[in-house]
Amino acid sequence: MSDPILTLDNIYTDIAQYHILQGVNFTVPRGQVTMLLGRNGVGKTTTLKTIMGQWRAKSGAILFEGRDINTLPTATRARAGIGFVPEDMGIFGDLTVEENMILGCTSGPLDAVRKDWLLAAFPALATFWKSEAGNLSGGQKQMLSIARALAEDRQLYLIDEPTKGLAPAIVSTMAQALRELKEQGASILLVEQNFSVARALGDSAVVMDDGAVVWSGAMAELAGNKDLQEQLMGLSMEAH
Amino acid sequence: MTVAPDHKPTFAKMSLGEQLDKAMPVLLIPILVVLGFFAIGAPSSWLTLTVSGLAMGMMIFIMASGLTLVFGLMDVINFGHGAFVSVGAFVGVSVLIALGGWTGTPSLLLNIAAVLLAVVAAMAVTGVMGWGFERVIVKPVYGAHLKQILVTVGGLIVVEQLIHVVWGPDEIFINRPETLKGAITFAGAAMEKYRLLAVAIGLVLFIAMRMVLRRTKVGLIVRAGVENGPMVEALGYRLRMVFVGVFIAGSALAGLGGVMWGLYQEVITAGMGERMMVLVFIVAIIGGLGSVEGAFIGALLVGLTQNYVAFLEPKLALVSNIALMTAILMWRPQGMLPVVKAK
Repeated sequence: MSDPILTLDNIYTDIAQYHILQGVNFTVPRGQVTMLLGRNGVGKTTTLKTIMGQWRAKSGAILFEGRDINTLPTATRARAGIGFVPEDMGIFGDLTVEENMILGCTSGPLDAVRKDWLLAAFPALATFWKSEAGNLSGGQKQMLSIARALAEDRQLYLIDEPTKGLAPAIVSTMAQALRELKEQGASILLVEQNFSVARALGDSAVVMDDGAVVWSGAMAELAGNKDLQEQLMGLSMEAH
Repeated sequence: MTVAPDHKPTFAKMSLGEQLDKAMPVLLIPILVVLGFFAIGAPSSWLTLTVSGLAMGMMIFIMASGLTLVFGLMDVINFGHGAFVSVGAFVGVSVLIALGGWTGTPSLLLNIAAVLLAVVAAMAVTGVMGWGFERVIVKPVYGAHLKQILVTVGGLIVVEQLIHVVWGPDEIFINRPETLKGAITFAGAAMEKYRLLAVAIGLVLFIAMRMVLRRTKVGLIVRAGVENGPMVEALGYRLRMVFVGVFIAGSALAGLGGVMWGLYQEVITAGMGERMMVLVFIVAIIGGLGSVEGAFIGALLVGLTQNYVAFLEPKLALVSNIALMTAILMWRPQGMLPVVKAK
């Protein structure tokens, strides 16, 4: 296994009076796609938001590139090299697609080569480049959310359910873009319920239950063992 | 790159009704102006009242624009905004009194220079004051609306009392610079020179603000922050720094509004900002919280409505703006152009 780009060490996160994360431990290897799996409500989204700093861990350490970022503000974590695609996509609906993409670049203008790649991966964005993002369909918004996170090269991408509720055609577009990102050597922590996407993209998997990690290992091992899937997640992944 | 072949996005055309609905807030201004024309009857009176209404609206917009952005960006309700209006007026008028030699001569150059210096001084003082106000009064109560109201009202009272300490308890009467006195006549209508200047300054400011918000990266961050602050942070922008900048700019604009309103009324008091806050809040609410364009349209509607109604039915002028707000909120409960909807 390559060296970890991200390590969560005994992370506890509370939201109001609820103890959501209760001692989360796992690592994301550099240059690999790590799938974060589990039933609804087990803490996957909270884990991503805790890494990003949108929820503050009350204890534990989040080591990114060997440095504890747990006390840093969200913006500093992003500038340290973490790209984030939230579950609700976080699109700025009153801004155009172009303006959303400009905001994805914190260190300068959008690189032309990268823009070409993103528009080839998500052609709908080229069509609606000057349109208000609020007028896009759900799938197009998801494309924009991912493209915006990829607008600059980041060391790690946190992506929360990118194919949720999307039509199969758009899912395949999305999966292809993520596959290309993976081929470029990006490190990705991906929450995904779509089994075929998870199996195709994942190198390793982390399964959560009740706010803690209950299993971690190779994605291929989990994908090939239905009994293990049912034991960890209550049903086989193909049923998702 | 292989892309799924059956996903071909197309533009969906807006229906006429949708287009009309979208444009209606902007159309309200010419509709109101035309209605005013027919209701008033005499074209010269209508023109005078329209210029007066636009001038009043522009000054209210200058005061309201900062408040609406501050609310939109950080969900902060600042009832102390009126303090900047009062302080701006007192600082500006103090400069104008000190430059009495410049304002008393009928030289356009000297008069404009005096007003410009007064405006710069007022904006500088209220900008710095805004920075301190944000750090000391607003920062500790982020996310707590009730505390924000109580603490910022307290801040307003303290500032008003400080004005009494520095400038005394009495109102101060001022004369406009010589070349800004009087009126020009056009098509039989008398239009005060100062009101025309106020319209011009308001327009220039609105265009400048729109350009900053639409054409610059900082403007993009502000607009995005108003819509979804946590996501702006997640992209790597320190929204708090942006907010402090907007708070300072908003305070400075309120100071500018104070100078202009003081010269408009030709009298200033410590409580003038507090009294203006009613109109400023009406404008921010009917415009849609967080929207500079909405505040601009709302301010013009308030200014025009007040002037037309005061001419047609003076007793109704007292309730005209509340009635306007009620009507607009019944039509669009979130205001005309709301941008604070993701929160």
